[in-house]
Amino acid sequence: MSQVHVTTKINGDSTEYLCDADETLLDVLRDRLQMTGSKEGCGTGDCGACTIILDGRPVCSCLVLGAEAEGRSVETIEGMANGEELHPLQRHFLNGAALQCGICTPGILVAAKALLAQNANPSETEIRYWLAGNLCRCTGYDKIIRAVQSAAAEMRGETHAA
Amino acid sequence: MRYESPTTVEAAVTLLANEAGKAHILAGGTDLLVRLRSGFIEPDLIVDLKRIDALKSITMESDGLRVGAAVPSAMLNEHADAVAGWPGVCEAAILIGSTQVQGRATISGNLCNASPAADSVPAMVAARAIARISGPQGMRDVPVEEIATGPGKTSLAKGEFVDSILLPKRAPGTSDAYLRFIPRTEMDIAVVGVGICVTVDKTGTCTAARVALGAVAAKILVVEAAAQALIGTKGDEAALNALAAACSAAATPIDDKRGTVAFRKEIAGTLAKRAAKIALSRAEKNL
Ligand SMILES: Cc1cc2nc3c(=O)[nH]c(=O)nc-3n(C[C@H](O)[C@H](O)[C@H](O)COP(=O)(O)OP(=O)(O)OC[C@H]3O[C@@H](n4cnc5c(N)ncnc54)[C@H](O)[C@@H]3O)c2cc1C
Ligand code: FES
Ligand code: FES
Repeated sequence: MSQVHVTTKINGDSTEYLCDADETLLDVLRDRLQMTGSKEGCGTGDCGACTIILDGRPVCSCLVLGAEAEGRSVETIEGMANGEELHPLQRHFLNGAALQCGICTPGILVAAKALLAQNANPSETEIRYWLAGNLCRCTGYDKIIRAVQSAAAEMRGETHAA
Repeated sequence: MRYESPTTVEAAVTLLANEAGKAHILAGGTDLLVRLRSGFIEPDLIVDLKRIDALKSITMESDGLRVGAAVPSAMLNEHADAVAGWPGVCEAAILIGSTQVQGRATISGNLCNASPAADSVPAMVAARAIARISGPQGMRDVPVEEIATGPGKTSLAKGEFVDSILLPKRAPGTSDAYLRFIPRTEMDIAVVGVGICVTVDKTGTCTAARVALGAVAAKILVVEAAAQALIGTKGDEAALNALAAACSAAATPIDDKRGTVAFRKEIAGTLAKRAAKIALSRAEKNL
């Protein structure tokens, strides 16, 4: 297996790695770069636990080759908080108990962030459709939807920080 | 396995033609990566189309809208002219998978994957879409229904790939619609899919129609009898019932856990009726 040398931007930092030609970006993140925030739930695009943002679009990193990231921009859950300061979505997920085991949470946070970047005030239906590819076996989704809505309201300046 | 990401169509053709082993095209990877990871395919070479600028764009040409093979369905649905002119094709493409899948999946990949249940393909067939194929012999244009020859099989020769899909320009009073049935509201494979394109005149009479069914045979079916049931009518109940009956009769589905033969045949008719109503009302607005 020939190795591929990749230079890419991850959470704003220029990053280099060597990977196998058939290795997924998820495996590169987790096993080579020790960025284990992105999770593998299925490895087949069904669960969304591995969601990252690639050149502005949320995608399943289990269905992206590490080699494809050359020269691109990758955003992962590790880049969401600003140092010690949590992103409003992260705070509202914590305060609203929108997680139990937490396996689905990084993928949902990253996908929700991408939604709010293009729609500051999504309806419940829009949130549910947008997150249809993010499976959660614990929460029953209601608290997730509410946490996204309350974070969105705070980000629009309608409420104060939770 | 080698991974190559050429920047021109010519370079991609050369890479594919010169590979002695198994070469696969990578577009959005939402089918290919699943099969690669499961060991179902063992490529010697993967050629990624996403660095070829010409294939990343949607362009209005004199004869229609050209959608490059590296355009994901999310991007197609952000294109105002595409959504306004070919709503059926766009709504089919945006049914593919989740938000995350739509950010990667292409309609060319949906076509070349050759699944009988592919969502965008019946809509493209109804729209008489034309695939542009590049290969060692140069370029050729082929109706999309001639690409898949059976589940997972295509008519593409060694070294050939689809570089773009043309959605042909439409006569006034023309529009389309796509509907599918799945057991849930998102993230599932079509049990039946129906794409319909119609043209109406100033009196609201249907003058042309094309009906394509997905997931009810080994290939996408074009149901000529269903189109004939609509042509010359204003889409009244009798015409819609005749269209539905023609679709149910044409369907030759399989029995599986997702639907019985009888259920699939009935749903093919019901969905065709609903899709025809939507297509007709859209077409009247385009006069
Ligand atoms: C979670 C999930 C849900 C899905 N849901 C749906 C759904 O609802 N409906 C549906 O129809 N599909 C669905 N799919 C399947 C898949 O997303 C679609 O078929 C998609 O359109 C494939 O496009 P792609 O660009 O990702 O293709 P790729 O995976 O890149 O390629 C697919 C196949 O076609 C070949 N190929 C790709 N592009 C070309 C080209 N231009 N020329 C020649 N050969 C080419 C590849 O070599 C490969 O064999 C789903 C997949 C996943 C993972
Ligand atoms: S691990 Fe990627 S979608 Fe489940
Ligand atoms: S919190 Fe456990 S899967 Fe969502």
